[in-house]
Amino acid sequence: MTGERFFELWVYLAATPLAGLTITLVAYVIGYAIYTRAKLHPLVNPVLIAVIAIVICLRIGDVAYGTYFTGAQFVHFLLGPAVVGLAVPLARAWPTMRRLALPVAGTLAFGSAIALMTTIGIAWALGASPGTLASLAPKSVTAPIAMGIAERIGGVAALAAVFAVATGIIGAAVGKFVFDAVGVRDWRARGFALGLAAHGIGTARAFQVNPEAGTYAGLAFGLHGVFAAFLLPLLWRVAQLLTGKL
Amino acid sequence: MSPFLAGATWLLLFQCAGELVSHALGLPVPGPVVGMLLLFVALRIRDRIPESIGTAADALARHLSLLFVPAGVGVMMYFGRLAGEWLPIVVGLLVSTIVTLAVAALTFAELARRAENAQAAAPESES
Repeated sequence: MTGERFFELWVYLAATPLAGLTITLVAYVIGYAIYTRAKLHPLVNPVLIAVIAIVICLRIGDVAYGTYFTGAQFVHFLLGPAVVGLAVPLARAWPTMRRLALPVAGTLAFGSAIALMTTIGIAWALGASPGTLASLAPKSVTAPIAMGIAERIGGVAALAAVFAVATGIIGAAVGKFVFDAVGVRDWRARGFALGLAAHGIGTARAFQVNPEAGTYAGLAFGLHGVFAAFLLPLLWRVAQLLTGKL
Repeated sequence: MSPFLAGATWLLLFQCAGELVSHALGLPVPGPVVGMLLLFVALRIRDRIPESIGTAADALARHLSLLFVPAGVGVMMYFGRLAGEWLPIVVGLLVSTIVTLAVAALTFAELARRAENAQAAAPESES
């Protein structure tokens, strides 16, 4: 095969949805295999490995994100039914969970406020621009919901999705060390905190470590999404008034 | 029919219902989240989880993190912006996530301990 012919084939293949979809799955399968080899070590995050590998490949092949996404959207789309499906672990855990209504509600409200205030407080103090702040604000909420919130408060939806994914990866990576450091051994508390702070990626990590933690992570992940969608725009207003600008 | 196919169909139907409700009422909550709430209510009313829905939901949940990969790759569009503001972004994300994890875990553990002590002290008043 001549170089020119190969290049033609490459241009053809890179523009089809098949390429974006395949590279997404291949990168994740490799990332997950490394994660398994590392005995599910929290710092070896499969999402992070997959994202880095794909970005490098796209950069080398000079493929635009939009072209990649025509294939990757089929994976992205499954977030919808996956979120709907979180009703199942919730319904399973409901009989034991209803006795914990107060801890759930209290932690949700307090944790959500802490997540928002610390992010924008720190980023604002370090000089982040208003558009970046608004995109950072919903970082602990799952990507599809974070995108909607960011748009409503003047952020960039796609950037909010990136920050949400980054937060999920960070949470899944450091969760174990943070919980051990503050001495929380209760799997329900560890799971709930992971789901609240690190949404779906934290929830995935919690399910891999302990089923009870996973269930409470799913609960926190779902509730935080609903809670933030309604209340975060209001809290954002409060933060704007407090700082006097933004 | 395979349980997975039936379950996946149900999940999509509930997602559609969620989208309809969210749009019709102008809710700020995305359709899938409304769909999750609707499915939860339906499962609670039936008081058991059909095998099909359980199978499909578990299959999706098992590799939930895969579904975030396409959004994560979006980072490549913002390298310029990230390079200019990397310090507030990195410190903000890192510190806030650590603090939130610690605060949420401590709060939940403490509130759960109190709730269970209270329930143990006043046994079986209801349910």
